[in-house]
This record gives sequence, C-alpha cells and structure tokens, in this order.
Amino acid sequence: MNETLRNDAWLAAPILLPLLTALIASLLPDRARVRASLAGATATFVASAAVIAGVVRGGPGRHHLGGWGAPLGIDLYADGLTALMLAMTAVLGAAISVYATGYFHTARERRCFWPLWFVLWTGLNALFLTADLFNFYVTLEVVGLSAVALVAMEGGPLALTAAARYLFVAMMGSLVYMGGVALIYSQYGVLDLTLLHGRLGVGPVGRAALALMVVGLLAKTAVFPLHLWLPPAHSSAPAPVSAALSGLVVKGSFYILLRTSFSSFADSALAAIGPFLGVLGGLAVLWGSLQALTQDRLKLMVAYSTVAQIGYLFLLFPVAMPGAGDAAWQSKAYIAGIFHALSHAAAKGAMFMAAGAILHAVGRDDKNSLRGLGEKLPVATSAFAVAGVSIMALPPSGGFIAKWMMLVAAVRTGQWWWAPLMIGGGLLAAAYIFRMVKFMFFQPPASAAELHPIPRRLEFTALALALTALALGLASVYPLAVAAIGAPFPSNWFTESF
Amino acid sequence: MSTAQLYLSTAVFLLVMGLYGVLVRPHLLRKITALNVMSAGLFLIFVAVAYRGPEAPPDPVPHAMVLTGIVISVSATAFGLLLIRRVLEVTGRAELAVEPEERTAANRQSVTGKRPSPRTEQRDARP
Repeated sequence: MNETLRNDAWLAAPILLPLLTALIASLLPDRARVRASLAGATATFVASAAVIAGVVRGGPGRHHLGGWGAPLGIDLYADGLTALMLAMTAVLGAAISVYATGYFHTARERRCFWPLWFVLWTGLNALFLTADLFNFYVTLEVVGLSAVALVAMEGGPLALTAAARYLFVAMMGSLVYMGGVALIYSQYGVLDLTLLHGRLGVGPVGRAALALMVVGLLAKTAVFPLHLWLPPAHSSAPAPVSAALSGLVVKGSFYILLRTSFSSFADSALAAIGPFLGVLGGLAVLWGSLQALTQDRLKLMVAYSTVAQIGYLFLLFPVAMPGAGDAAWQSKAYIAGIFHALSHAAAKGAMFMAAGAILHAVGRDDKNSLRGLGEKLPVATSAFAVAGVSIMALPPSGGFIAKWMMLVAAVRTGQWWWAPLMIGGGLLAAAYIFRMVKFMFFQPPASAAELHPIPRRLEFTALALALTALALGLASVYPLAVAAIGAPFPSNWFTESF
Repeated sequence: MSTAQLYLSTAVFLLVMGLYGVLVRPHLLRKITALNVMSAGLFLIFVAVAYRGPEAPPDPVPHAMVLTGIVISVSATAFGLLLIRRVLEVTGRAELAVEPEERTAANRQSVTGKRPSPRTEQRDARP
C-alpha cells in the first residue's frame, strides 16, 4: 500500500446502488418491488464487476469519499482481496436474488426480505471496501442488524429466539471490538489501515487493544468456543437468508481479522496471536464436524458444517504468520485461506438452497424424509452432492485446491501438526455429507406421497452455485492471481514455483 | 487522579458491568439495558481519549465517533426491544430457552417455511 494509488470513484457504486435499491424496494407495492429488486441486484452485480475489473487492470485503488482524505474523511480501498470478496458477494448475491423470487410465497415475506437483503448487501460491500477501523465497526453493525432481522422474519419461536441470541452476541462482539478501536486511537491518533501499517499490538495498551478487537471479531465470526449462536440462527432462517449468512456474513468479520492482521498488526503481535487462532480453528473443525455428524435435520447439519469450515479459515493464521518459515509458503497459506472463503461461499450457498428446495417440496427436512429424493428431486439432490464434493475437499473442486495449498504450506513451513487436522476434517466432512447423500440416493422412498411442486429455479440456482464451487477448482489460476494483487507479502509468490 | 483517568476508570467499570449483565441476567430486557450500559462505558472511553490537556481544545474525531456510535446504539436498542417483544408474544417468556431443549425442539418440529405467521393478525386485533 502506498500513497500514489489510482483514484477510483467507482468504488462507491457497489455500496450506493444496493442502498438505493433497499430504499426503493421498501416503498414500492408488491409486484413492482420484486422487479425493482432484480434490477437493483443486476446493477449491484455490474458495479462490483466494474470495481473488480479496475483492480485487475490497474492494481489497488483508493477513493476519498466527498474529497475528504484520511484521517478525517472516509476512505474506500480496493485490492485483490477486496476484489475477490466483492466477486464472492456479487455471485452469491445474484444467485440468492434469483432464488428468492421463487422461494417466498406471501407478500408479507417479500416485504420483509427484499429491503433487508439489500441493506445486508450494502453493508457487506461497504465492509469489504472500507479502509479504516472505525468504519469496519459501522459496516459490521449494518450487516449485523440486517442479518438478525432476516433471521427473525420467519416469525416462529425458534427463529425469534435464535435471532435474539444472535443479536446479543453480535452487539457484544461489536462493542468489544470498538473498545479495542478506542484504545488504538488513544495510542496512535489514527484509524486508517495504511497509516497503522505494521504498528498494532505494541506495548501493554496495544496488546490490550488487539485482544479486545480479536475477541470481538471471533464472537461475530462464530469461532469455537463462541459459535453456539450460529447453528440455530443459520438453520431457522429462510433458505436464501441461510445461504447469505453462512456464505457471506461470517466472512465479513473474518475479512476484518485477515485484513488487519496482515496489514496493520506488528509482526510480534501476529506471531503471538497466530497459534492461538490456529488452535481455535482446529477445535472448531473437530467439534463442528462431530456435531454435524449427529444432526438429523438437513439444515442443522449444513449449519454445523459451517462452524467446521470457519475453523479451516483460522488455520491460515499460524501457517502464514511471520517467522513461520519460507515467505513464499506463508503467502500461499494466506491466499489459500482467501480461496477457501470463496469456495465455501459457493458450496455452502448451494447446500442451503438445495435444503430450501427440499423443504418446500417435502415440507420437512429430517433425514427420513430425504429417502428416495434422488429420484423425485434429481437437480436439488445433485446440487447438494456436488457442493458436498467441495466441502469434503475432493478434487477438482475449489475446496480441494484451498485445503491442498494450506496443507502443503503447513508442511513446508515446518508445522506438520496441522496436517492431520486438515485431513481429519475432510474425512469427517465426507462422513456427514455421505450420511445425508445415502438417504437421498441409496434408500427407497419413505412414502408415495406427492411432492409440492416448486419453481424450477430453486433447484437450478443451487446447482449453478454447486458447479461454481467445482469450477473454482478447475479455473483456480485466475482468482489466485487476483488474490496476489496488493497482497501484503514481499515476495511475489506467483512468479515463483507453484 | 486526573480527570482523564477518572473518566477512563469509570468507563471500564461501566463496560465490565454491562458485559456481566448481558452474559448473566436471563431477562431479555435486562440484557438490552446492560448492552446500553456497555455502550455508555464505551462512549466514555472515547470522551476520555479526546482529552488533550487543560489548555488545548479536545480532539473532535472521537466526539464524531461517539455521535455515530449513539445513532447505532439507539437503532439497535429500538430493534432489540421490538424483537424481544415478539419473543415474549410468541414464546410467552422474556428469556432465551437453554440450548439442549432448543435443539431437541428443533429436531422434533418440522419446519415448513410456509406456515402463515399469526403475529400480524394478532397485532391488528389488539384494542
């Protein structure tokens, strides 16, 4: 990061367009609302693509909103990491928007969903484009409050209780994070990530600040042992919302941790925190996978799988931290982590959408009602199985590339002890996914009851996302090259051996 | 003890008290109140951070952040109050169910996602 970045006014578009759509969608009557929302989703997708194209062509970009620069004004910043997160949000966001047009039956549901969904999208894009610690807090709150409201919209006792629990964890998490930000401001007088470069976590106040920040973000990302709120919230929300929560929302607070760790933390602080995050991630992989194995409801199983897959994201910190070994392998671990976030978003989105299609067609999603569905709902069940390939990390999926790179990086940086954990997590994932797949494809139908007819787009959006997760593995060269744009590692890993 | 230190220690006390309240008090209204106590402590930290000695004017940036924080805190409180009222209406209790009970309930109940919500009618029918 340096001060002579190109100024890119396009950076504001992926934030303003969904916000505008949210306002319009909340005012219009029912039919026009869905049309305006789809137009808004298209516009947001195009704006995100424009920002990504700018980063790919011209390198990292920066924009001072309203002409006010840091430290007083609000700065937007985009590099390769931002571009990939925007791409993830745009692709999954577009899929969720298409899926939602077929998922919600009543005008009340549509009135709740569409404005809130665009507020959530606004918050996510703003979060990924933010360049300072305070605006991370603001965007986290926009994301958090709209996500809680989306969980609550189903209105049943389970959903409302889950939403309330989610609200308290989210609020506590952001307040604790904010406490850390206040201490950082008292120490340095700035909150801009570039100005703080490599300075965080020095001295007793600095370490206290960092501890508060990290704990707040861990709670919001639902990392073991602060994960208990996640499975009920993600499983009791409507399927398009579950896809957004598991695919995108947890990545928001993870992104802040990733961004600040490698651009703003002092090396000594990162080296102290890295192993701690790795251990929590490892426990999350084991605990989440074991819980997923014992769930009888499909959506709860998928939600517990999210707990486990979030754990993988945190294994990158000990491998990529400074002093762990060869810089080239550290940067590969960092990029593997980003890649895992992308392929998990596509695969998990597909799984929740398939589960939602099954729920609509069958009326329930316990394991016995899945019997024989492979014949009756071939597209949705195949989408679930194909997405499972990526979650299990089998080749040629995106999940395989990410976990393989991380595994090799762990061994090459002399930290072989993470390897059994990564492999074990993959085997456990295979066990919990095959357990459900067995009911779908290898058991006779439970009853001859007819399925409710469902819009075909519910099944096909799920399949498209599952195939995206596979394609990420086949075309992994492109996202990996984008991830290297502006990456905080001195050596350019991409030109070296790979 | 200097003014800034007095502010800071009060702030930390409020923050810890609020955190304790959110974690330990079962009643949802108490949790919301405790969250607000926490935010008050947090804002006080920013006010203390803005202090630059008896002669110099205070730093305006933390003040601007507190203003933003207050806006967020007011909105979150309003939303939280609405949410816990719904929880009370639907479950009959202003507390969160303990985890194991909830999981078995989740496994038993078949969620259709199509069930019409009775809440809107209830609200309209109320005098």
